[in-house]
Amino acid sequence: MREMKVLSPTAILGYGFPIESFNRGMSMNPDVIAVDAGSTDPGPYYLGAGISFTDRNAVKRDLTHMIKGALDHKIPLIVGTAGGSGADVHLDWCVDIVREIIDGKPDVKVAVISAEISKEQVYAAYDRGDIVPLNAVPDISRTDIKNSTRIVAQMGVAPFIEALDAGADIIIAGRTYDPAVFAALPVKEEFEPGLALHMGKILECACIAATPGSGSDCMMGIIGSDYFKVFPLSEKRKCTTLSVAAHTLYEKSDPYMLHGPDGIIDLTATKFNQADENSVAVSGTKFIPSEKPMVKLEGALIAGYRTVSIAGARDPIMINIIDEILETVKEAVKTNFAGLLTDYKLDFKVYGKNGVMGELEPIKRTMSHELGIIIDAVGKSQEDANTICSFARSTMLHYGYNGRISTAGNLAFPYSPSDFKIGPVYEFSLYHLMPYEEGMFEIKWMENDHES
Amino acid sequence: MKVKLRDIAEVIRSKNSGPYELTIDIIFKEWEMFDRIVKSGIFNKQLIADLYDIDENDVFGIVEFLPAKAIKASMRRKIVSGSIGDTDVYGAQQHAPLLDVEFELEGLI
Repeated sequence: MREMKVLSPTAILGYGFPIESFNRGMSMNPDVIAVDAGSTDPGPYYLGAGISFTDRNAVKRDLTHMIKGALDHKIPLIVGTAGGSGADVHLDWCVDIVREIIDGKPDVKVAVISAEISKEQVYAAYDRGDIVPLNAVPDISRTDIKNSTRIVAQMGVAPFIEALDAGADIIIAGRTYDPAVFAALPVKEEFEPGLALHMGKILECACIAATPGSGSDCMMGIIGSDYFKVFPLSEKRKCTTLSVAAHTLYEKSDPYMLHGPDGIIDLTATKFNQADENSVAVSGTKFIPSEKPMVKLEGALIAGYRTVSIAGARDPIMINIIDEILETVKEAVKTNFAGLLTDYKLDFKVYGKNGVMGELEPIKRTMSHELGIIIDAVGKSQEDANTICSFARSTMLHYGYNGRISTAGNLAFPYSPSDFKIGPVYEFSLYHLMPYEEGMFEIKWMENDHES
Repeated sequence: MKVKLRDIAEVIRSKNSGPYELTIDIIFKEWEMFDRIVKSGIFNKQLIADLYDIDENDVFGIVEFLPAKAIKASMRRKIVSGSIGDTDVYGAQQHAPLLDVEFELEGLI
């Protein structure tokens, strides 16, 4: 009976894992170590600004163990969505860490796969009418493409298989469809792609699919001819049919049809069975290959510059009329800068009222005895944002609202300085499909021979 | 007899499904209750639209997922994740109003 073992050490590279769990996984002789290193969940900033949301030291710690494990066992290590967002700048950041770790081992072959797409390529697809928005996503204009700081596409298993065929020991890839790093070797070895990708969908979050869940612990997947099995590598956790089935729902709108760059994972006939106390076996998942493969594009652009000020309020008379006070402050700012500074957004997040849910909050009236208030100013420049935030803060601090008894000041500031200049604010500009094009994901080989 | 969703569900959660959508998962404790709620159709688009005061057209569907005894609802984000004005970049804390949703069980199949 032919099987293949895939080790997923952690939910996101840099989130960590107990070394005992990792060693236990390695003692079972996995065929590949694979890890997802990113997500769009932390928002558009990281893609737009070209910065990783994971910490460099934490990523280096995780990679050090994984690279040693992979080289000692002579198995490949595959990393997807390097640097958190998977554009070239993120990829370089991650490759630099890999280079530090394998310094002095020039015979290690490191494939580096780019996922960044040139604007010319996107314009051309746009002009052909080939850019399709995903559900709930607006259409784009040429300006949105132009203003995007960088654009990535999600790769599927094909570029990984190509790199493996070329003898890669380590693959560091840009933006990747999360399950692809786990499914690549099984698909290359002709296991059922539906099962391989479904297994990848579960392994991509490592032990989040176990109970108790954790994003910082290792999980093993074993694929056979018509099933796969997943189990955690810590004795503290187990996989149950519920924990694994529940994870299949996670972050997806339709749990039966999971769309990816290679096709659709079809779960309509999937069965989840408790294989033993801590393992779940899954069977019946099918794969529907795309007739015309499409890749998902992601892009972000600068929406302005932000300055925030954090303050608290404890006066019950003020809390009672907080909405009125905020409106008055907004008006005062507008009047003061009329004709001078008009293109800005001033927003207040009021914790203890509707700071978490905003307009979706069904409870309209606060019952809290204190409020946390964030004055949130976004302007066309950092200077504009500073000006609006500063003026809103000073106005609110000394505003003589109706019924005021406390005449010394309305806000408690926990910090000096009170205002935080955050820099550019990004928003997603692209979350669209475009047809796959040959050569979209270029494979390069890392230079790691320092003597050459 | 009235039951609260928090008493019959094992998991109630919200999360982004991509930056433009919010998805809600409710995983039931017991098959019987899951079946009753599903068959009655009581958990529908209207319920989500009313609860969050959004347009019913912005609720994209209610999907039952049998392997997990789960019902899923997805909706359009009023503000795209991380855009100006957003309050919850991961969308992970938008589930709370569901906890207190009550169902009248009498008369349900």
